[in-house]
Amino acid sequence: MKKLVVIGAGMASGRVLEHLFESAPDAYEVTLFNAENRGNYNRIMLSPVLSGEKSYEEIVTHDEAWYAANKVTCRFGEHVVGIDRARKVVIGQNGEVPFDKLLIATGSAPFIIPVQGKDLPGVVSYRDLDDTEAMIEAAGTRDAKAVVIGGGLLGLEAAAGLRLRGMDVTVLHLMGHLMERQLDEAAGYLLKRDLEKRGIRVITRASTAAILGEERVEGVLLEDSTGLKADLVVMAVGIRPEARLATDAGLETGRAIVVDAQMVTSDPDILAVGECVEFDGNLFGLVAPLYDQAKVAAATLLGEPSAFVMRETATKLKVTGCDLFSAGDFAEKDGREDIVYRDPGRGIYKRLVLEGEKLVGAVMYGDTADGGWFHGLIKDQTDISEMRETLIFGPAYQGGAALDPMAAVAALPADAEICGCNGVCKGRIVEAIEGGAHSLDDVRAVTKASGSCGTCTGLVEQVLAVTLGDAFELPTAKPVCGCTDLTHEDVRRLIKAQELKSQPAVWQELGWKTPNGCHVCRPAVNFYLLADWPLEYQDDPQSRFVNERNHANIQKDGTYSVMPRMWGGMTNPEELIAIAEAAKKYGATVKVTGGQRIDLLGVKKEDLPAIWADLNGAGMVSGHAYSKGLRTVKTCVGSDWCRFGTQDSTGLGIKLEKRLWGSWTPHKVKLAVSGCPRNCAEATCKDVGVVCVDSGYQVGVGGAAGMDVKETERLVDVATEEEAIEWTVAFVQLYRENAKYLDRPYKWIAKVGLDWVKEVLSDPAERAALVGRFDISQSVYQKDPWAERARPEAARRFLPLADLTLEAAE
Amino acid sequence: MSWIDIGALDDVPLRGARLVKTRLGCVAVFRTGEAEVFAASNACPHKGGPLSEGIVHGRKVTCPLHNWVFDLETGEAQGADDGRIDTYKVRVEDGRVLLDGALLMKGAA
Repeated sequence: MKKLVVIGAGMASGRVLEHLFESAPDAYEVTLFNAENRGNYNRIMLSPVLSGEKSYEEIVTHDEAWYAANKVTCRFGEHVVGIDRARKVVIGQNGEVPFDKLLIATGSAPFIIPVQGKDLPGVVSYRDLDDTEAMIEAAGTRDAKAVVIGGGLLGLEAAAGLRLRGMDVTVLHLMGHLMERQLDEAAGYLLKRDLEKRGIRVITRASTAAILGEERVEGVLLEDSTGLKADLVVMAVGIRPEARLATDAGLETGRAIVVDAQMVTSDPDILAVGECVEFDGNLFGLVAPLYDQAKVAAATLLGEPSAFVMRETATKLKVTGCDLFSAGDFAEKDGREDIVYRDPGRGIYKRLVLEGEKLVGAVMYGDTADGGWFHGLIKDQTDISEMRETLIFGPAYQGGAALDPMAAVAALPADAEICGCNGVCKGRIVEAIEGGAHSLDDVRAVTKASGSCGTCTGLVEQVLAVTLGDAFELPTAKPVCGCTDLTHEDVRRLIKAQELKSQPAVWQELGWKTPNGCHVCRPAVNFYLLADWPLEYQDDPQSRFVNERNHANIQKDGTYSVMPRMWGGMTNPEELIAIAEAAKKYGATVKVTGGQRIDLLGVKKEDLPAIWADLNGAGMVSGHAYSKGLRTVKTCVGSDWCRFGTQDSTGLGIKLEKRLWGSWTPHKVKLAVSGCPRNCAEATCKDVGVVCVDSGYQVGVGGAAGMDVKETERLVDVATEEEAIEWTVAFVQLYRENAKYLDRPYKWIAKVGLDWVKEVLSDPAERAALVGRFDISQSVYQKDPWAERARPEAARRFLPLADLTLEAAE
Repeated sequence: MSWIDIGALDDVPLRGARLVKTRLGCVAVFRTGEAEVFAASNACPHKGGPLSEGIVHGRKVTCPLHNWVFDLETGEAQGADDGRIDTYKVRVEDGRVLLDGALLMKGAA
């Protein structure tokens, strides 16, 4: 086998290896050097990692298993010292590696402006995970201030991420408006305004004179003598190709390593791809051409003909809530005409630049849905004279098609590009769908479409919908409600990442569009806050549905039902007498429930505190039959009475109920414990169901018997009661910390996968930590709400504020 | 116009409501802001749900039974639902909530 050495594990070289192993897995024996002590990950997604919207694990593109499966020798964390072309070896810090072919993919290095103080601790660039982690750490200090030098793509993404982390952020930009290479002045202004709304200060025409500080960075001084305090300075003014190894080895270089259309350098056995190359005088910074280069390089390595062609690239900014798009050339020149659309109220700006009959540039801000279509017109040099009048309104207005995004997607030709990063056209996606890829993940796995920056995810889903028709259900990446564009998952992550501990903080920091939410988001946010910050956040009764606020279930006539807890479904004569007396006294209808308890229906609101006091008096507490929390633990009589019982199922049920009652969860939680596999307690359709067997306890999760019917799946088999309780509590806490509000466990498990749940819970330390956090929450919330509200000062609130019927009669 | 003192502002929770019984039926008093209150009929025109038990947001309330949303300034149902609740004059003075007495006079007449 021939030997291939790759220097640098970046987006480009990772892609070369993928193509190589796909077409000819046994062609090369590969050694991969990386100066960073880790393998390939998706660098485009560093911004979501910085903002806390994603974790590092989520952006890894190739893990250890992948390298092992493809027999790649990984030399991570090792710098390459030199290339000896005569002997055909690469010299690493830890020794030489011979090669038949060499691929240089050293990428680029941040450009550091040569000012005083540039080497102080606290001055970082924004290129890799180490930089990102340094920034996250700096953001951890209270009231920390950051100055970002550079208002281009990278700098703004860094600024937005640091702001989301709670830092006080100022962006310094040398030019007159932000992102001047991609945006015109008007769009730059809208962007600046939106960033300022998010609390990011932007100073344009700001030239940095010096970075100040003794031991570490303390501030930034501008040429006009303005001084800014800073605990962190991020340099994001640009990049320069990393071509030193090639220069030292005597390869031809200009501004970068010179390659031909086959990605071969001046040495026929040495190839280069990515940000370190120069082709036809061009340098590269965006990912789409890098992936094209990777495809060509892989072909060249396999001796197949292929040639790299420059394409138009488009830009999108990955800052949640700032939608901008730019493509092509929009400089003002003779013979060019503009079509401009502005809606200042909605912050929308669109500008198309025409040259003759063709579209040559597009800048959009606020509404970028048609960006891909305009980009296509630019690339294909389509004659637009026929549609010029309605061009700016996008594809929906062309050819009389309905104003429907689906119709627009359906109308796209097969060679229309959907995923710019990976160069995937609609035809390829349709092919994949027809070949059996029926979900977004499947399409991603087969075609890579939407797998890099992810901004075309919506388009890919539309192609799925158009191709599959009704068979495709759009995944639920829907916003919580009309008050925000964020999804439940985003809100949960940001509450944790930004340490938001009150509802006003959530509304403010996450940009709620309403003054204080609505009946949809308020209960969800209230739950997320109390689940994540049990000690700091105070539960808000006004953000709860009536049942949870009044601790009873409202009925259609406005009366309530009252249901005391019966631990594990066990009761006794005294309790039954108290229930019977209460039923008589308050005129309640009595119903035996499916959860092994007794329901008292038809109680008036003003009587609630009194009936609670009566039931409390007999030793009973709230059954929480009204809550998104633990409801019942149904049991059978188990080994106490039953001739088949293998364990004390009643006893375990009571222990579980005593441990879990009072806790709030994303949706209701029902448990059951059966004493043998005959399963009389119907444990296999509960959120958590335990089936006792001779050898111990089978813990199943994710059952349902409501709108959907589903059997539980086995979480674990354990030998002792203590373990069964520990696993159950840890599972409930994991569910509390991660699930979307109003997702029952089975729905949540379907999203995260049972394998993930098992993986987390199988770590004893993780299990113990989850149980610990559950117990902290219980120290606050495991209190009988009835007893608290039966006290006279609280009971008063269950009466009318005033009764004017008497006064009026006077 | 005569105003009737129906209770302390602090007894109406912020973004919550309390009930006032009158001879014309139950009136709900909503507290939408620190010192901002609205009064309206307690009964949802849809199925009679008690609006004083709904979630109060902005200057709106959502009925606890079937999520109809009403604008408290106009009494109009929002969105696709069609209906209206009567609204009454109410104001805050020195931490007390005052309801328009005309409501009671009608009842007494």
